[in-house]
Amino acid sequence: MDVPEGLRYTEDHEWVRTEAGEGVVGITAYAAEELGDIVFVDLPKVGTKLQAGTPFGAIESVKTASDLYAPMSGEVVAVNASLTEKPELVNSDPYGEGWMVRVRMDDAGALTALEDAVAYRVRVEAA
Amino acid sequence: MTLRTALYDRHVALGAKMVEFGGWEMPLQYTGIIDEHRAVRERAGLFDLSHMGEIWVTGTAAGEALAYALVTDPPRLAIGRAHYSMLCTPEGGIIDDLIVYRVGEHRFLVVPNAGNAAAVADALRARVAGFEAATDDVSLRTSLIAIQGPLARGILAPLTDVDLDTLRYYAITEGEAAGAPAFVARTGYTGEDGFELFIDWDAAPDVWDRLLAAGAPAGLQPTGLGARDSLRLEAGMALYGNELDRDTTPMEAGLDRLVRFDKPGDFVGRAALEKARDAGPRKRLVGLVMRDRGIARHGYPVHLPGAAAPCGVVTSGTLSPTLGEAIAMAYVPMPASAIGTMVEVAVRTSRVPAEVVPLPFYKRSP
Repeated sequence: MDVPEGLRYTEDHEWVRTEAGEGVVGITAYAAEELGDIVFVDLPKVGTKLQAGTPFGAIESVKTASDLYAPMSGEVVAVNASLTEKPELVNSDPYGEGWMVRVRMDDAGALTALEDAVAYRVRVEAA
Repeated sequence: MTLRTALYDRHVALGAKMVEFGGWEMPLQYTGIIDEHRAVRERAGLFDLSHMGEIWVTGTAAGEALAYALVTDPPRLAIGRAHYSMLCTPEGGIIDDLIVYRVGEHRFLVVPNAGNAAAVADALRARVAGFEAATDDVSLRTSLIAIQGPLARGILAPLTDVDLDTLRYYAITEGEAAGAPAFVARTGYTGEDGFELFIDWDAAPDVWDRLLAAGAPAGLQPTGLGARDSLRLEAGMALYGNELDRDTTPMEAGLDRLVRFDKPGDFVGRAALEKARDAGPRKRLVGLVMRDRGIARHGYPVHLPGAAAPCGVVTSGTLSPTLGEAIAMAYVPMPASAIGTMVEVAVRTSRVPAEVVPLPFYKRSP
């Protein structure tokens, strides 16, 4: 199971990577694998305010639809437009080209409340 | 407790993602739903359907007993032919949809859905009681393997003594297939040509291996329930629990043709279904194509444009791997069921326009 070090993880299988003080958000390899072939990613517009723990978008596979939950509060400053045409990037490269939104965080310190790679790995491997 | 088919170990060895379905542990997918879906449309797929029920109804009045138990008229079937049918409640609701195969003058094989197999077996036992007929539920002694797709015939033909060229669509015959005694039927649930093999429970692993080995060079792939669902949805076929339930009549599901009001004698549900027919359906099953971004899913509300209150509900929906657009089936009131009607599906926080289109979404080229 691919769980990169240095990222933070939510209970709902989103990851956050801090880059230049901003938070980049995606879903984990485990979540992508569980969803199967991803066919549609519904993302917010730039400027949308995210509220930690509330849905900010949705991801759909052939089989099912599932909400995306904001790992932290803040404002969307960029959206991965490639996912409109190529939602399958979430399956092939969940931590790279499959990223979803970049967020100007209200409080970067709040990320420490999320799981680190070790804790997340223990949890999904027990699932 | 969940049951396992005789092929459970094969699925695990092939790396399948297993899920619970109808009380059984079944493969959802092996390589991926889209990959398997395309394999069936373009080449062939191999399915373990051993979770489905198999119930024999035999006896000198077996046909008449089934005509009383079901909405169709099985005595009209020629020997070696099959038809799609339904078992209804006395109130006209659908207990299950099923296939009836006539394999002899007094021998019928009934194949219900996995989740309803026990209810169908119970109902049939009770309903044939007044006739010279008996039921035998062999669900746990019978494996069912399907091979579906344009290359299915060519893969199966060298492995069976059954002449597949003369075995017509919705026909069944007894023979040998992939080394085992089998009932070979030209039926399926994918919208493609294909065959279903009813074999002894324990014969399944060997039959599966032989078919897979013979078909692999032609691109035969194991196919899970995920692709089975997207394939049947494209083909406009109903799934019990989604389109069909005890609160729905066959007419509402668009299956008026199944109910043989003209058959002699009474049948369970006749009075209620005649009344429903005369009153006209309350709702109608339609096909929808989404006309903006968004995928309709089971349970999403359907609205008339701009209306606050929903007028109907989505029963199944996905992004069609073959057509590349989001398709769905839904119940809507009669006035909204005309082809070309625009409705709105509530997808999370937005309303997505959708158009009523004819079913099926996909039809194979002849």
